[in-house]
Amino acid sequence: MDGQEPEPQNPELMKQPVSLFALFRVFFEIGLLSFGGGLVSWIHREIVNKRGWMSNEEFLAGMSLSQVLPGINSTNTSIFVGQHLRGSVGAAVCLMSMLLGPFLAILLAGVTYKWLIGVSGFPALVEGVGAVAMGLLMRIGIQAAQSVKISWAPALATLATFIGIGIMQWPMLAVVAVVAPISVLLAWPKDKADA
Amino acid sequence: MRDNVYTTLIFMLAPLSLASIGGATGIYAPLQHETVEVLAWITPREFIDLFAISRLTPGPSSMLAPLIAWKVIGLSGAIVAMIALYLPSSLLCYFTARVWNQHRGKPWHRACEAGLVPVAAGLVFSGVLALLRIAGSGPLTWATLVVTAALLTWRPKLHPFPFLGAGAVLFLLVNWFQLS
Repeated sequence: MDGQEPEPQNPELMKQPVSLFALFRVFFEIGLLSFGGGLVSWIHREIVNKRGWMSNEEFLAGMSLSQVLPGINSTNTSIFVGQHLRGSVGAAVCLMSMLLGPFLAILLAGVTYKWLIGVSGFPALVEGVGAVAMGLLMRIGIQAAQSVKISWAPALATLATFIGIGIMQWPMLAVVAVVAPISVLLAWPKDKADA
Repeated sequence: MRDNVYTTLIFMLAPLSLASIGGATGIYAPLQHETVEVLAWITPREFIDLFAISRLTPGPSSMLAPLIAWKVIGLSGAIVAMIALYLPSSLLCYFTARVWNQHRGKPWHRACEAGLVPVAAGLVFSGVLALLRIAGSGPLTWATLVVTAALLTWRPKLHPFPFLGAGAVLFLLVNWFQLS
């Protein structure tokens, strides 16, 4: 009972800083295993669902900002997570460990790609892996939609974002610039407004 | 003169990284334009092959850029491409994250988080749709996507890796039956 791996029973224990090595291991693994792309879904799974290092809200808010900021969504999200958990060093560790595996993989692919392309069924393989990766991503969207209180405001915000960016293909920045402030205002704590 | 290759690479990728808002899908077209048409580093056929390879390798799909640099220039090119592609946007993101996290716990910050969650859901669904547009979307792709998302929503503890393997095998089998 005593000494080994205490269960984090109170919130204070949960707040113990995550070790840099643990960050390295998690993000290295994400980079190495995330075939077909959609890394954001892997990061969410490891950081929120499996380890509870960040709350769903903290993560998804950081992820939204990562998507709106210039740069690649997944690398930006890794920086948000690293900064949140361990500051500047954490951000650097998350980013670099997540890119290490993929970098080694493209070095290997760059040498063998002529052979790989020649393998019959290669396009099918790419398509199959890609379809699953899209499903993984979809699941995070479902979880995000599930996590908000069931009411018209968040549902409308999700729908407006999806229609504007996904279906109409309007510029993402413009759509988010309109939808996000309205969504935030509607989420403003009621008692504050009454006081 | 060899230095010029690296400066070309940096001046091509750094702006691309900063201009790519909302996913790597936006960098494919300019990357193809630069490497195939302007610089003639690779042929259109090679670009398509490398694009396919980059979709199969793990990690962000933007790794296509270092992959091209590796093929054209070598290891030093791949490393320079990584730095040019990821450093500028990462620095910007880091400083934003720092400011954002400094205000954690304040009421307005919590309202922002709560308001951004439904936007995140919309962004993810849009991202899936954008991927479907470039990846082709036959009934098998749709079915795989929906089954994966449904199973993982039902059983969140399942590891995604077997799903990737099953997807690969399924598509290979269907492809094989169609050929024979």
